[in-house]
Amino acid sequence: MDFGASDAPLTPEELDKDALVQWPMIMGGVVPVVNLPGIQAGQVKLANTTLADIFLGKITKWDDAAIKADNPGLALPGTAITVVHRADGSGTTWIFTNYLGKVSPEWKTQVGNDKAVAWPTGVGGKGNEGVANYVQRIKGSLGYVEYAYALQNKMTTVMLKNRAGQFVAPAADTFQAAAANADWAGAKGFYVVLTDQPGAKSWPIIGASFILMHKEQAKPAQAYQVLKFFAWCYANGGKAASELDYVPMPESVVKQVEKAWSEQITAAGKPVWPMQ
Amino acid sequence: MQILSEPQAIETTPPAEAGRRPRLNVMDRFIHGVVMVSALVVVVLIAGLFAELAWGSRLSIGRFGWRFLASDAWNPVTGEFGALSSLFGTLVTTIIALALAIPLSLAIALYLVELAPPRLAAVVGGAIELLAAIPSIIYGMWGLFLFAPFMADHVQPWLQRLGGGVFLVSGPPMGIGMLTAGLVLALMVLPFITAISRDVFRLVPPVLRESAFGLGATTAEVTRKVTLPYTLRGIVGAAFLGLGRALGETMAVTFVIGNDHAISPSLFASGNTISSTLANEFTEASEPLYLSSLVELGLVLLAITILVQIAAQLWLGWMSRGREEGR
Repeated sequence: MDFGASDAPLTPEELDKDALVQWPMIMGGVVPVVNLPGIQAGQVKLANTTLADIFLGKITKWDDAAIKADNPGLALPGTAITVVHRADGSGTTWIFTNYLGKVSPEWKTQVGNDKAVAWPTGVGGKGNEGVANYVQRIKGSLGYVEYAYALQNKMTTVMLKNRAGQFVAPAADTFQAAAANADWAGAKGFYVVLTDQPGAKSWPIIGASFILMHKEQAKPAQAYQVLKFFAWCYANGGKAASELDYVPMPESVVKQVEKAWSEQITAAGKPVWPMQ
Repeated sequence: MQILSEPQAIETTPPAEAGRRPRLNVMDRFIHGVVMVSALVVVVLIAGLFAELAWGSRLSIGRFGWRFLASDAWNPVTGEFGALSSLFGTLVTTIIALALAIPLSLAIALYLVELAPPRLAAVVGGAIELLAAIPSIIYGMWGLFLFAPFMADHVQPWLQRLGGGVFLVSGPPMGIGMLTAGLVLALMVLPFITAISRDVFRLVPPVLRESAFGLGATTAEVTRKVTLPYTLRGIVGAAFLGLGRALGETMAVTFVIGNDHAISPSLFASGNTISSTLANEFTEASEPLYLSSLVELGLVLLAITILVQIAAQLWLGWMSRGREEGR
């Protein structure tokens, strides 16, 4: 196996246990999407505790007082809220449940943070596309997907209240605002979780996608080609990433990553990167 | 073997060809061996499957024991797993499917054999066989994109008005859930049961039916008193084939059942079946206990399938004995 990828970062201990090295490749937002006929993207505002209470099954109707309080003047229907979550294990779920745990102590103790959890309520779709499909087909539903899926399927996103108490809409600039907080230099093994970041403009649910590789490589030439590919992605993939509103890694982080490659990935004791 | 050897004895009677007999017997024994080994492979395969699944689920069996079957917990975070919600969903969707598909299939088969003009019967028969050949993922996509919205907008609100919106028909009409899954399954098993029933109805000896007609029986009477009793074994066999398919159907169900580990009295609620859970969760189950619990779900499904087979055999045996005593 040449490399693997995950949205849920491994802790430094887990990396050491399996002799792996991980680095962030790209950052992106996870966004709640709704199906409320007549309501446009960005019209519904949800406080962070409200979102958690909906996913806990405590708020079950769209005209609940807690939702109305943040949406004066918006005609919310009395329909039931159908929560749509992932049926398969996924890094998106890991990021989303990590966020819910940060804003709701009840979520943290009752449900927790993992790639798959025991959802208190709702229906499960397989993959981002499964969740997107269910949300588009169930009136009154609320789900979460990677932002690219919401964008491509023209789904109705909502505004979320961030840690600074501001309502923000999911977009490239709010993702970048949150991503700018990340302290990659100070994180061992690039273990950085980007949910619930400070800053008035920060979108509260973003995460990085990580690449994983074995520290000890049997085929140095092949490993070199893999790393060369990722170096090319860092250098040339920014535009494609921005088109889908992913956030490219900053130049300074790319330098740190390439330093980690040269220090940690070896073949028979010799560094694989850069080519000797 | 005995039947086969008689004509051979006659063939080889001329003394000039007597030498062929032992060679034929070697051939006989060789073929006997080949077919026997082929048959035994099936038994070995099933035993192997059982052993493999049991071995794979040893972690989960050791941890939960029999509680696995009685617990509706499914929590990857705390590592608590139970099969009850999957068992429930598997049984409920299968029951809905068979309750609809069996009577409908028999009606179609009877019409094709007894009443339909031969040309129409050929067209409908061909259509049914075509229905059986459609891949299950197509049923799943049709179910999700067309059938589920139709259920949500028309059928479920109507059922809720009819049933008062409580118990079986409570909760929001999502269009996705147990009922929709059961209906899609019914459609999927229908062609199998119909095709087999039609074929067994055709096997009724014409002399039996003609005698009944000759005695002045109506078509309804012939159907009820001659065709159905004569073909009962075949019909039950067809139903069990449909049952087996409904129990194990994966993709179509995964699309429309909603994949939630909960037990709800409402047929509108989402649920999960053993197969749908395996399809959804196998790829990302990273914890050993999680994976082991999924394998144990597979073991449970295999056990159910085998139990159903045994029950079918016992029932068929009991039924044919009962009929012989009744004569």
